[in-house]
Amino acid sequence: MQKKLILDTHLLNITVNRLCQQLIENHGDFSDTAIIGMQPRGIYLAEMIHRKLESDINRKIDLGYLDTTFYRDDFRRRDTPVKANTTKVPFIIEDRNVVLIDDVLYTGRSVRAALDAMIAFGRPQKVELLVLVNRKYTRHLPIEPDYVGKDVNTMDTQKVLVELEAQGFKDNKIWLINKESE
Amino acid sequence: MSQLSQKHLLGIKNITREDIELIFETARSFKEVINRPIKKVPSLRDITIANVFFENSTRTRLSFELAEKRLSADVVNFSSSTSSVKKGETLLDTVNNILAMKVDMVVMRHSSPGAPHFLAKHINANIVNAGDGTHEHPTQALLDTYSIMEKHGSLEGLKVAIIGDILHSRVAISNIFALQKLGAEVMVCGPNTLLPKFIGALGVKMELDVRKALRWCDVANVLRIQLERQQIKYFPSLREYSLYYGINKKMLDELDKEITIMHPGPINRGVELNSDVADSEHSIILEQVQNGVAVRMAVLYLLAGGKD
Repeated sequence: MQKKLILDTHLLNITVNRLCQQLIENHGDFSDTAIIGMQPRGIYLAEMIHRKLESDINRKIDLGYLDTTFYRDDFRRRDTPVKANTTKVPFIIEDRNVVLIDDVLYTGRSVRAALDAMIAFGRPQKVELLVLVNRKYTRHLPIEPDYVGKDVNTMDTQKVLVELEAQGFKDNKIWLINKESE
Repeated sequence: MSQLSQKHLLGIKNITREDIELIFETARSFKEVINRPIKKVPSLRDITIANVFFENSTRTRLSFELAEKRLSADVVNFSSSTSSVKKGETLLDTVNNILAMKVDMVVMRHSSPGAPHFLAKHINANIVNAGDGTHEHPTQALLDTYSIMEKHGSLEGLKVAIIGDILHSRVAISNIFALQKLGAEVMVCGPNTLLPKFIGALGVKMELDVRKALRWCDVANVLRIQLERQQIKYFPSLREYSLYYGINKKMLDELDKEITIMHPGPINRGVELNSDVADSEHSIILEQVQNGVAVRMAVLYLLAGGKD
């Protein structure tokens, strides 16, 4: 199995800092904006960005977790049902801006499900998408991110593996893996 | 693991502890869903569920119907009193006719023990047993144990007494299986005539004195006296039953300990439970009802998932 490192701790910090600066540029003091991390893995990045933003602008920012399991379009098309995670959106998103955060953008199907899931909490003014890794040319739906940590060109036979300290790994490492040919 | 070991939910007896834990975990997510302003998710939008009730039910049927609707399933209701069953159609014919209309799941209540098991052998759809005679009522046991777990954190080593009409109670049987699978100790308590002869074979304690049972247990699940199932007199009068087995606030106060009171409903107020207990802080009866919808959503979701 071939592995290529695309981001390490040092680079990840630089990237997260840049993403935060871009967010501040567009959202100012975040009084009208909430951050929502997508379960299961987008929440770690969302927490990192949330922590950094709060310390940069010195203000509390709303942070939520959104689970899209029950909104997926592949129910009954997989062999087993997907296990659900916690949804925690303890604020109103009606008429507010929402920054949706996930680790890897691949087919765009989870983002579609997330948009559906979010509507259950109100009608946001505007939704933006932030992803750490944007896999280009792999989309199944017309969905594009507004903020990108890193663009990568990948093939279907490849996989992006995200290992973050917050998930219990020793170091922050993001890999591009060639799936073993069967 | 994210899949049940069974295609049907016929009883607690034939599912595993892992199945129960998976249902609980999923139910927790659905409980969050049903407390949202918009209580509906689109998971089962391409599924049709028939609620086939050959026996009266208000709570269970309402709970199932709500669970189905909150999962966006299409729902058809059927009750035997208004159907061709009255004209002499057999169970299998009735259900096959319903399935011919492209129904994916059947939720069935029937007065004969084993009716859903029989059906499971002959038809293809997923079957959920919503009570079969005096045999099992799996979703009730799941919501009861889920409610206990929510309050006490875990069932491991917990002492649970099931008090009342054990003989006619499918809730009791299913609860015994579920509680034992999750590691709780179980006692059944009631007048001798309402304790089945061989209940001891299930590994439960037996007690005739309700005060002793209350002293022993952390949780008391009080069952209704099922007058409609009693062809002969098992005790002299309701008044006498209530005198010996009715639970009132004074009895709980005398215990001087934390105790949880449950009841699967409908309560005969003043018979097995006094109002001052049913409405007290010990009671989690209304939580049980709320959890019922979440647990049933979890069961339907997990059974419907996966490829055909």
